[in-house]
Amino acid sequence: MLTIATGNKAVAAAVKEVKPDVIAAYPITPQTEIVEQIAEYVTSGELDSRYIPVESEHSAMAACIGASITGARTFTATSSHGLLYMHEMVNWAAGARLPIVMANVNRAIGPGWNVWAEHTDAFQERDTGWLQVYVSTVQEAYDTTLMAFRIAEHADVILPVMVNLDGFLLSHSMQSLDTLNAGDFVPPLHLPHAIDVLNPAGYGTLTGPDEHFRFRWEIEKAMRRSRKVIAETERDFAERFGRSYGVAEEYRYEDADVVVIAMGTLGKEAEVAVDLLRNEGVNAGSLRIRWLRPFPDLDLSGREVVVIDRDYSFGFGGIIAQSLMARQRVDLYSVIAGLGGQEVTYDDIAGFVRERRPGTELWFGVNGNV
Amino acid sequence: MTEIPKEEFILKCTSACAGCPSTLILRYVLKAAGADTVLVVPACCTSVIQGIYPNTAVNVPVYNVAFAAAAACASGMSEAFQKAGKKTNVIVYAGDGGTVDIGIQALSGAFERETDFLYICYDNEAYGNTGMQRSGSTPIGARTTTTPGGKVHAKKDLDAIVAAHNPSYLATACAAYPQDLFKKVQKALTLRGSKFIHVLAPCPPGWRFSSEMTVEMGKLAVRSGLWILYESEFGKVTINGPSKAAMIKPIPIEDYLSVQGRFKGIDRKAIDALKSQADQRAKHLQKEAEGIC
Repeated sequence: MLTIATGNKAVAAAVKEVKPDVIAAYPITPQTEIVEQIAEYVTSGELDSRYIPVESEHSAMAACIGASITGARTFTATSSHGLLYMHEMVNWAAGARLPIVMANVNRAIGPGWNVWAEHTDAFQERDTGWLQVYVSTVQEAYDTTLMAFRIAEHADVILPVMVNLDGFLLSHSMQSLDTLNAGDFVPPLHLPHAIDVLNPAGYGTLTGPDEHFRFRWEIEKAMRRSRKVIAETERDFAERFGRSYGVAEEYRYEDADVVVIAMGTLGKEAEVAVDLLRNEGVNAGSLRIRWLRPFPDLDLSGREVVVIDRDYSFGFGGIIAQSLMARQRVDLYSVIAGLGGQEVTYDDIAGFVRERRPGTELWFGVNGNV
Repeated sequence: MTEIPKEEFILKCTSACAGCPSTLILRYVLKAAGADTVLVVPACCTSVIQGIYPNTAVNVPVYNVAFAAAAACASGMSEAFQKAGKKTNVIVYAGDGGTVDIGIQALSGAFERETDFLYICYDNEAYGNTGMQRSGSTPIGARTTTTPGGKVHAKKDLDAIVAAHNPSYLATACAAYPQDLFKKVQKALTLRGSKFIHVLAPCPPGWRFSSEMTVEMGKLAVRSGLWILYESEFGKVTINGPSKAAMIKPIPIEDYLSVQGRFKGIDRKAIDALKSQADQRAKHLQKEAEGIC
C-alpha cells in the first residue's frame, strides 16, 4: 500500500508486519515515535504483541533477552544515550545468541545535550557481536527492518541485528512508503536453544577459558555465515517485492575514478554530489556502506577515495576511513562531517571531492586539513 | 506437618561452601515450585554454586543474567510465556547486592508493572560472591572487607520499599525455617502478579561462624527479633508463629551478635541502634497486623 511516512513510522509499520511476541520499549528522542506508534498498534489491537513499558534501556534489552530465550520474537528501539545505557545487555544479547531486532535512531552523545544525527552511538557497539545495517530512505528503513528479522533468526546466523537510521534527517522526514504484505518472507522463529522445562539446562553458567574462547569463535563463524544469508535475503526480497540494496549501494560507480564513501542519509546526499561533479567533467561515483557488521569486502583498487565519517574515534581517526585502510592499501581523503547534526549539503560533498587531499583528514567547518 | 516432596531439584554436585544457606533455601524453593519453573539468576553466589559449564547442579532451567538485569529479564520471560499460553513459574533468585543495590531499579519497574513472577532475595547481608564487601543490606556495626571498622549506616529497609509497590504477596522467611519457607513459596505461586519473598541467609564464612551453625544462627536471628517472619497478602499482614513468640519473649540480641565474628568489637551505640531498629520494625508490623495502620 502506498502511503507517506516518517522513518520512525516506517520502522513501526515493518514491526507490525512481522508481529513480534514481545516488545520492550523506553522512549528517547528521536526514537520516541517508533515506540509510541507500536503502543498505538498494540492498544488498538492491530498488533497482537506483549508490550512492556520498561523503566530504562538496560531493562528494555534485559526484557528482550528474557523473552527471546523462551523462543519468542522480540523487538526494541533506542538511540544514543539509551543505546549506551544498555551496552552491557547489548553484549549479553549477542553472547547469548538471541536474534533480537533493534532499531537505533543515530544521535550524538553528550555532553552537551544534542539530539541530532551522528553515528558514534552505534559505532560504539560495533564489536559486540550484533549485525549492524544503516539505511538512507524511509522505504529502505521499512524494507531493511523486515529483512533484519529474517537475517537475525536464520539458523545459520542466530545473532541480533541493529537497524540504524539517522536522527531527524530520516527518523522525522516524510517520504513515500510502499508497505507490504510480507507473507512468509519472514518464517516462524525456531530458536534451537530455547528454554524447555522438560529438558532443563543452565544458560550462561560459569564458563572456563577454553569454552569461552570457543563460544567467541562461534559468534565469529555466525557473523561470517551472515554474509551469505544477507545476500540470499536481499535476493528473495527483490524477487518478491522488486527492491534491493546490497551490502553497499553503488551509484555511478562502475567507471568512477574518484569515489565518495558515506553511510546513512549522507550516502544519498553523495549521489546528488556525484551528478554535479559528472556535469563538471569529474568522473565521480559513490558507495554507500549499508552493513557495518559484517563489514563489506570492497574493491577500491585503482580509484581515489573520499570517505565521509559521521563519527570519530579520538586518537585514531574516522572509523570508516580507518577500517577501509586496515583492509586494503587505499590512498584516501578522510572527511569528518555531520557530527551532532551539522548540515552537510551535496554542494559541500562535491567540494570535498574537488578539494580532496589524499592522505589527510578534514574536520569540515572546524579545521582545515590536518 | 506440611507434606514436602522428596523430589530434589538441587543435585549433589554444587560448588557451595559448607553450611551454605543459599543452597538450602533454593532446595526448598524448588521443591515448592516444582519442575515447571525457570530460575532467573543475576550475579550472586548462586552463579557459582550451580556449577561450571557444561555441568549444572540445578535440575530446572536456569537463566543467568547480568547483575542489574534480573527483574527486567524475568519481565520479558513472564510476558513471553503468557503470550505462548504457558503457565511456567518465573522465579528470580537473587542475592541482597543484586536486589537492594544494583538491581533495585529493575525490581521497582517490574513490580510497578505488576509483572507475574516471584522475586526471591536471599539475604546474607553482604556481597558474598566477591568475598564479603558491604551491601545496602549489611546491618550497622557489621564488619565486612569494605567496612573493616564496622558498618556505620543502617540496613536498608527493603521490605518497606517493596511494600510501597503494593505487591500481591510479600513475605520474609529464614533458612532455619524451611517448612515456613516452603509454604510461603507455594502460596506466592498460587497468586497472580508480583510476589516477593525476602529470606535471611546466615552465611558461615561471611558472618564468621562455623559451618554446622547455619540453622542455629537463623533461629537466633528470629528469636532475638532482629529478623521477623511475617507475610502480607494483598497488604494484609500476618506475623508468623516463631516471631509472635519472639515478640512476647525475645532473647537478648547480644546472644545473636556474640556468636558471629563479623560483630566482634561492635560498640554499644551500634548495638542500641540495632535494637531500636528491631523494636520499631516489630511495633510497626504489630500495628499493621492489627489493622491499625
